Amino acid sequence: MAPAHPSPSIYVAVFMTLVGLTALTVWAASAHLGAWSGVIALSIATTKATLVVLYFMHVRYGERFIAVVAVAGAFWLAILVVFVLADVLTRSWLPILVR
Amino acid sequence: MAEAGHSQAPVSSLKHHFDDMEQQQAASTLGMWVFLATEVLFFGGALTVYAVYRLVYPAAFSAASNHLDVRIGAVNTVVLIGSSLTMAIAVWSARRNGPRSTRMLVGSLAMTALLGSVFLAIKATEYSAKLAAGLFPGPAFRFPGAHARPAELFYSLYFVLTGLHALHLAIGIGVVAVVAARAARGRYDLEYHGPVEITGLYWHFVDVVWIFLFPLLYLVGRGG
Repeated sequence: MAPAHPSPSIYVAVFMTLVGLTALTVWAASAHLGAWSGVIALSIATTKATLVVLYFMHVRYGERFIAVVAVAGAFWLAILVVFVLADVLTRSWLPILVR
Repeated sequence: MAEAGHSQAPVSSLKHHFDDMEQQQAASTLGMWVFLATEVLFFGGALTVYAVYRLVYPAAFSAASNHLDVRIGAVNTVVLIGSSLTMAIAVWSARRNGPRSTRMLVGSLAMTALLGSVFLAIKATEYSAKLAAGLFPGPAFRFPGAHARPAELFYSLYFVLTGLHALHLAIGIGVVAVVAARAARGRYDLEYHGPVEITGLYWHFVDVVWIFLFPLLYLVGRGG
Protein backbone atom coordinates (compact mmCIF):
# COMPACT_ATOMS: atom_id res chain seq x y z
CA MET A 1 0.00 0.00 0.00
CA ALA A 2 1.26 3.46 -0.92
CA PRO A 3 1.98 5.80 2.01
CA ALA A 4 -0.99 7.99 2.93
CA HIS A 5 1.22 11.08 2.88
CA PRO A 6 4.51 11.95 1.22
CA SER A 7 7.67 12.50 3.25
CA PRO A 8 9.26 15.91 4.00
CA SER A 9 11.96 15.27 1.38
CA ILE A 10 9.25 15.29 -1.30
CA TYR A 11 7.87 18.54 0.16
CA VAL A 12 11.32 20.15 -0.05
CA ALA A 13 11.65 18.99 -3.68
CA VAL A 14 8.23 20.49 -4.51
CA PHE A 15 9.23 23.73 -2.75
CA MET A 16 12.44 23.98 -4.79
CA THR A 17 10.51 23.34 -8.01
CA LEU A 18 7.98 26.07 -7.09
CA VAL A 19 10.79 28.58 -6.41
CA GLY A 20 12.41 27.62 -9.72
CA LEU A 21 9.14 28.11 -11.60
CA THR A 22 8.70 31.53 -9.93
CA ALA A 23 12.14 32.57 -11.21
CA LEU A 24 11.24 31.18 -14.65
CA THR A 25 8.00 33.15 -14.88
CA VAL A 26 9.72 36.41 -13.83
CA TRP A 27 12.41 35.81 -16.46
CA ALA A 28 9.85 34.88 -19.16
CA ALA A 29 7.83 38.03 -18.45
CA SER A 30 10.81 40.25 -19.31
CA ALA A 31 11.90 38.23 -22.35
CA HIS A 32 9.78 40.07 -24.95
CA LEU A 33 7.67 37.08 -25.94
CA GLY A 34 4.83 39.28 -27.18
CA ALA A 35 1.40 37.68 -27.35
CA TRP A 36 2.77 34.44 -25.86
CA SER A 37 3.83 36.00 -22.56
CA GLY A 38 0.33 35.85 -21.06
CA VAL A 39 -0.14 32.23 -22.13
CA ILE A 40 3.28 31.28 -20.72
CA ALA A 41 2.66 33.10 -17.41
CA LEU A 42 -0.71 31.37 -16.92
CA SER A 43 0.73 27.97 -17.91
CA ILE A 44 3.50 28.31 -15.32
CA ALA A 45 0.99 29.46 -12.67
CA THR A 46 -1.27 26.49 -13.45
CA THR A 47 1.70 24.11 -13.20
CA LYS A 48 2.64 25.60 -9.79
CA ALA A 49 -0.95 25.40 -8.53
CA THR A 50 -1.20 21.77 -9.69
CA LEU A 51 1.99 20.88 -7.78
CA VAL A 52 0.60 22.50 -4.60
CA VAL A 53 -2.74 20.69 -4.98
CA LEU A 54 -1.22 17.29 -5.77
CA TYR A 55 1.56 17.22 -3.15
CA PHE A 56 0.98 19.83 -0.41
CA MET A 57 -2.80 19.24 -0.44
CA HIS A 58 -2.34 15.46 -0.81
CA VAL A 59 -4.77 15.03 -3.71
CA ARG A 60 -2.34 12.57 -5.29
CA TYR A 61 -2.34 10.46 -2.14
CA GLY A 62 -5.93 10.74 -0.91
CA GLU A 63 -9.31 9.44 -1.98
CA ARG A 64 -10.30 9.75 -5.63
CA PHE A 65 -13.45 11.63 -4.62
CA ILE A 66 -11.39 14.55 -3.26
CA ALA A 67 -9.78 14.89 -6.70
CA VAL A 68 -13.28 15.05 -8.22
CA VAL A 69 -14.17 17.99 -5.91
CA ALA A 70 -10.88 19.76 -6.72
CA VAL A 71 -11.40 19.37 -10.48
CA ALA A 72 -15.05 20.48 -10.09
CA GLY A 73 -13.86 23.76 -8.52
CA ALA A 74 -11.61 24.47 -11.50
CA PHE A 75 -14.26 23.30 -13.96
CA TRP A 76 -16.94 25.64 -12.61
CA LEU A 77 -14.48 28.53 -12.75
CA ALA A 78 -13.79 27.61 -16.40
CA ILE A 79 -17.56 27.71 -17.13
CA LEU A 80 -17.75 31.20 -15.60
CA VAL A 81 -14.75 32.59 -17.50
CA VAL A 82 -15.45 30.91 -20.87
CA PHE A 83 -19.11 31.93 -21.07
CA VAL A 84 -18.47 35.52 -19.94
CA LEU A 85 -15.67 35.90 -22.50
CA ALA A 86 -17.80 34.23 -25.19
CA ASP A 87 -20.26 37.07 -24.60
CA VAL A 88 -17.77 39.95 -24.28
CA LEU A 89 -15.53 38.97 -27.21
CA THR A 90 -18.35 38.43 -29.69
CA ARG A 91 -20.45 41.54 -28.99
CA SER A 92 -18.94 43.45 -31.92
CA TRP A 93 -20.05 40.69 -34.29
CA LEU A 94 -23.60 41.99 -34.06
CA PRO A 95 -23.33 45.72 -34.87
CA ILE A 96 -26.96 46.32 -33.99
CA LEU A 97 -26.27 45.54 -30.32
CA VAL A 98 -23.32 47.90 -29.91
CA ARG A 99 -24.44 50.90 -27.90
CA MET B 1 -6.14 5.93 5.91
CA ALA B 2 -4.61 5.61 9.36
CA GLU B 3 -3.35 2.06 8.91
CA ALA B 4 -2.15 1.68 12.49
CA GLY B 5 -5.32 3.34 13.84
CA HIS B 6 -6.91 1.84 16.94
CA SER B 7 -10.63 2.37 17.26
CA GLN B 8 -10.30 3.38 20.93
CA ALA B 9 -10.22 7.12 20.34
CA PRO B 10 -10.43 9.74 23.08
CA VAL B 11 -14.11 10.37 23.75
CA SER B 12 -13.84 14.12 23.16
CA SER B 13 -12.18 13.73 19.73
CA LEU B 14 -14.74 11.45 18.08
CA LYS B 15 -18.09 13.14 17.53
CA HIS B 16 -20.99 10.78 18.21
CA HIS B 17 -22.38 10.96 14.68
CA PHE B 18 -19.29 9.30 13.20
CA ASP B 19 -18.52 5.58 13.31
CA ASP B 20 -14.76 5.99 13.75
CA MET B 21 -11.88 8.47 13.52
CA GLU B 22 -11.18 7.58 9.89
CA GLN B 23 -14.73 8.41 8.81
CA GLN B 24 -14.64 11.67 10.82
CA GLN B 25 -11.35 12.67 9.17
CA ALA B 26 -12.66 11.85 5.68
CA ALA B 27 -15.80 13.93 6.32
CA SER B 28 -13.90 16.99 7.57
CA THR B 29 -11.44 16.80 4.66
CA LEU B 30 -14.31 16.59 2.16
CA GLY B 31 -16.09 19.48 3.90
CA MET B 32 -13.00 21.69 3.62
CA TRP B 33 -12.58 20.81 -0.07
CA VAL B 34 -16.21 21.72 -0.81
CA PHE B 35 -15.67 25.05 0.99
CA LEU B 36 -12.50 25.65 -1.05
CA ALA B 37 -14.44 24.92 -4.28
CA THR B 38 -16.81 27.78 -3.32
CA GLU B 39 -13.76 29.94 -2.58
CA VAL B 40 -12.48 29.29 -6.12
CA LEU B 41 -15.67 30.91 -7.44
CA PHE B 42 -15.46 33.71 -4.83
CA PHE B 43 -12.07 34.79 -6.21
CA GLY B 44 -13.18 33.64 -9.69
CA GLY B 45 -15.75 36.42 -9.94
CA ALA B 46 -13.15 39.14 -9.47
CA LEU B 47 -10.70 37.28 -11.75
CA THR B 48 -13.36 37.19 -14.49
CA VAL B 49 -13.82 40.97 -14.19
CA TYR B 50 -10.03 41.25 -14.49
CA ALA B 51 -10.01 39.04 -17.63
CA VAL B 52 -12.73 41.13 -19.31
CA TYR B 53 -11.08 44.51 -18.65
CA ARG B 54 -7.61 43.26 -19.52
CA LEU B 55 -8.98 42.23 -22.94
CA VAL B 56 -10.77 45.57 -23.35
CA TYR B 57 -7.78 47.73 -22.20
CA PRO B 58 -4.60 45.67 -22.86
CA ALA B 59 -2.24 48.66 -23.23
CA ALA B 60 -3.56 50.42 -20.11
CA PHE B 61 -3.26 47.25 -18.00
CA SER B 62 0.37 46.83 -19.12
CA ALA B 63 1.16 50.46 -18.33
CA ALA B 64 -0.56 50.26 -14.92
CA SER B 65 1.11 46.95 -14.04
CA ASN B 66 4.53 48.41 -14.80
CA HIS B 67 4.09 50.65 -11.72
CA LEU B 68 4.12 47.55 -9.48
CA ASP B 69 7.47 46.29 -8.18
CA VAL B 70 8.12 42.78 -9.56
CA ARG B 71 10.86 42.17 -6.98
CA ILE B 72 8.45 42.71 -4.07
CA GLY B 73 5.89 40.43 -5.70
CA ALA B 74 8.47 37.72 -6.39
CA VAL B 75 9.91 37.87 -2.85
CA ASN B 76 6.40 37.59 -1.40
CA THR B 77 5.70 34.63 -3.69
CA VAL B 78 8.75 32.79 -2.32
CA VAL B 79 7.76 33.75 1.28
CA LEU B 80 4.29 32.27 0.79
CA ILE B 81 5.59 29.12 -0.93
CA GLY B 82 7.97 28.73 2.02
CA SER B 83 5.04 29.00 4.44
CA SER B 84 3.29 26.25 2.50
CA LEU B 85 6.38 24.07 2.93
CA THR B 86 6.39 24.56 6.72
CA MET B 87 2.61 23.97 6.80
CA ALA B 88 3.05 20.68 4.89
CA ILE B 89 5.74 19.64 7.39
CA ALA B 90 3.37 20.58 10.26
CA VAL B 91 0.65 18.28 8.88
CA TRP B 92 3.26 15.54 8.45
CA SER B 93 4.45 15.83 12.04
CA ALA B 94 0.88 16.07 13.41
CA ARG B 95 0.39 12.46 12.29
CA ARG B 96 3.22 11.25 14.48
CA ASN B 97 3.22 10.42 18.18
CA GLY B 98 5.76 11.52 20.78
CA PRO B 99 7.18 14.73 22.24
CA ARG B 100 9.70 15.19 19.42
CA SER B 101 6.99 15.37 16.72
CA THR B 102 4.90 17.62 18.97
CA ARG B 103 7.84 20.06 19.19
CA MET B 104 8.27 19.84 15.41
CA LEU B 105 4.53 20.43 14.90
CA VAL B 106 4.45 23.53 17.12
CA GLY B 107 7.69 24.84 15.59
CA SER B 108 6.56 24.44 11.99
CA LEU B 109 3.14 25.97 12.75
CA ALA B 110 4.86 28.97 14.39
CA MET B 111 7.14 29.27 11.35
CA THR B 112 4.09 29.14 9.05
CA ALA B 113 2.34 31.96 10.95
CA LEU B 114 5.59 33.96 11.01
CA LEU B 115 6.09 33.67 7.22
CA GLY B 116 2.43 34.61 6.69
CA SER B 117 2.99 37.71 8.84
CA VAL B 118 6.15 38.58 6.87
CA PHE B 119 4.05 38.43 3.69
CA LEU B 120 1.46 40.80 5.19
CA ALA B 121 4.17 43.19 6.46
CA ILE B 122 5.76 43.38 2.99
CA LYS B 123 2.28 43.86 1.48
CA ALA B 124 1.60 46.71 3.95
CA THR B 125 4.75 48.60 2.94
CA GLU B 126 3.82 48.04 -0.70
CA TYR B 127 0.30 49.40 -0.09
CA SER B 128 1.60 52.53 1.64
CA ALA B 129 4.05 53.15 -1.23
CA LYS B 130 1.18 52.86 -3.74
CA LEU B 131 -0.94 55.26 -1.66
CA ALA B 132 1.92 57.74 -1.49
CA ALA B 133 2.33 57.48 -5.27
CA GLY B 134 -1.35 58.36 -5.80
CA LEU B 135 -2.23 54.91 -7.15
CA PHE B 136 -5.15 54.24 -4.78
CA PRO B 137 -8.43 54.52 -6.78
CA GLY B 138 -10.60 57.49 -5.93
CA PRO B 139 -10.38 61.28 -6.07
CA ALA B 140 -6.64 61.27 -5.26
CA PHE B 141 -5.76 58.84 -8.08
CA ARG B 142 -3.03 60.19 -10.33
CA PHE B 143 -1.64 58.35 -13.35
CA PRO B 144 0.58 59.88 -16.03
CA GLY B 145 -0.24 59.40 -19.70
CA ALA B 146 -3.35 58.61 -21.69
CA HIS B 147 -4.53 55.58 -19.71
CA ALA B 148 -5.57 57.21 -16.42
CA ARG B 149 -9.18 55.89 -16.28
CA PRO B 150 -8.50 52.25 -17.22
CA ALA B 151 -5.37 52.33 -15.04
CA GLU B 152 -7.61 53.28 -12.13
CA LEU B 153 -9.70 50.22 -13.01
CA PHE B 154 -6.54 48.07 -12.87
CA TYR B 155 -5.65 49.45 -9.42
CA SER B 156 -9.24 48.90 -8.20
CA LEU B 157 -8.85 45.24 -9.16
CA TYR B 158 -5.34 45.18 -7.66
CA PHE B 159 -6.55 46.40 -4.27
CA VAL B 160 -9.70 44.23 -4.26
CA LEU B 161 -7.87 41.03 -5.26
CA THR B 162 -4.79 41.48 -3.05
CA GLY B 163 -6.98 42.85 -0.22
CA LEU B 164 -9.27 39.82 -0.25
CA HIS B 165 -6.19 37.60 -0.43
CA ALA B 166 -4.58 39.42 2.53
CA LEU B 167 -7.84 39.05 4.50
CA HIS B 168 -7.80 35.30 3.84
CA LEU B 169 -4.16 35.14 4.90
CA ALA B 170 -4.85 37.12 8.12
CA ILE B 171 -7.67 34.68 9.00
CA GLY B 172 -5.29 31.80 8.20
CA ILE B 173 -2.62 33.21 10.55
CA GLY B 174 -5.22 33.42 13.35
CA VAL B 175 -6.36 29.83 12.79
CA VAL B 176 -2.77 28.56 12.63
CA ALA B 177 -2.03 30.35 15.94
CA VAL B 178 -5.02 28.65 17.64
CA VAL B 179 -4.02 25.24 16.22
CA ALA B 180 -0.41 25.82 17.37
CA ALA B 181 -1.57 26.66 20.91
CA ARG B 182 -3.61 23.45 21.03
CA ALA B 183 -0.75 21.45 19.53
CA ALA B 184 1.54 22.75 22.30
CA ARG B 185 -0.85 21.13 24.80
CA GLY B 186 -0.37 17.79 23.02
CA ARG B 187 -3.84 17.77 21.48
CA TYR B 188 -2.89 16.14 18.16
CA ASP B 189 -1.44 12.72 17.36
CA LEU B 190 -1.70 9.88 14.85
CA GLU B 191 -5.27 9.23 16.01
CA TYR B 192 -6.63 12.79 15.98
CA HIS B 193 -5.11 15.51 13.80
CA GLY B 194 -8.06 16.66 11.67
CA PRO B 195 -7.82 20.40 12.54
CA VAL B 196 -4.15 20.53 11.51
CA GLU B 197 -4.96 18.76 8.26
CA ILE B 198 -7.85 21.02 7.18
CA THR B 199 -6.04 24.17 8.33
CA GLY B 200 -3.25 23.05 6.02
CA LEU B 201 -5.68 22.67 3.11
CA TYR B 202 -6.95 26.24 3.67
CA TRP B 203 -3.41 27.61 3.93
CA HIS B 204 -2.28 25.96 0.69
CA PHE B 205 -5.40 27.29 -1.07
CA VAL B 206 -4.47 30.85 -0.07
CA ASP B 207 -1.00 30.11 -1.52
CA VAL B 208 -2.59 28.91 -4.79
CA VAL B 209 -4.61 32.16 -5.06
CA TRP B 210 -1.38 34.18 -4.80
CA ILE B 211 0.33 31.92 -7.37
CA PHE B 212 -2.25 33.23 -9.88
CA LEU B 213 -2.42 36.83 -8.62
CA PHE B 214 1.35 37.34 -8.94
CA PRO B 215 1.63 36.89 -12.74
CA LEU B 216 -1.80 38.47 -13.43
CA LEU B 217 -1.03 41.68 -11.52
CA TYR B 218 2.78 42.05 -11.57
CA LEU B 219 3.86 40.47 -14.86
CA VAL B 220 1.26 41.84 -17.34
CA GLY B 221 2.92 42.95 -20.55
CA ARG B 222 6.26 43.40 -18.84
CA GLY B 223 8.11 42.38 -21.99
CA GLY B 224 6.02 44.90 -23.95
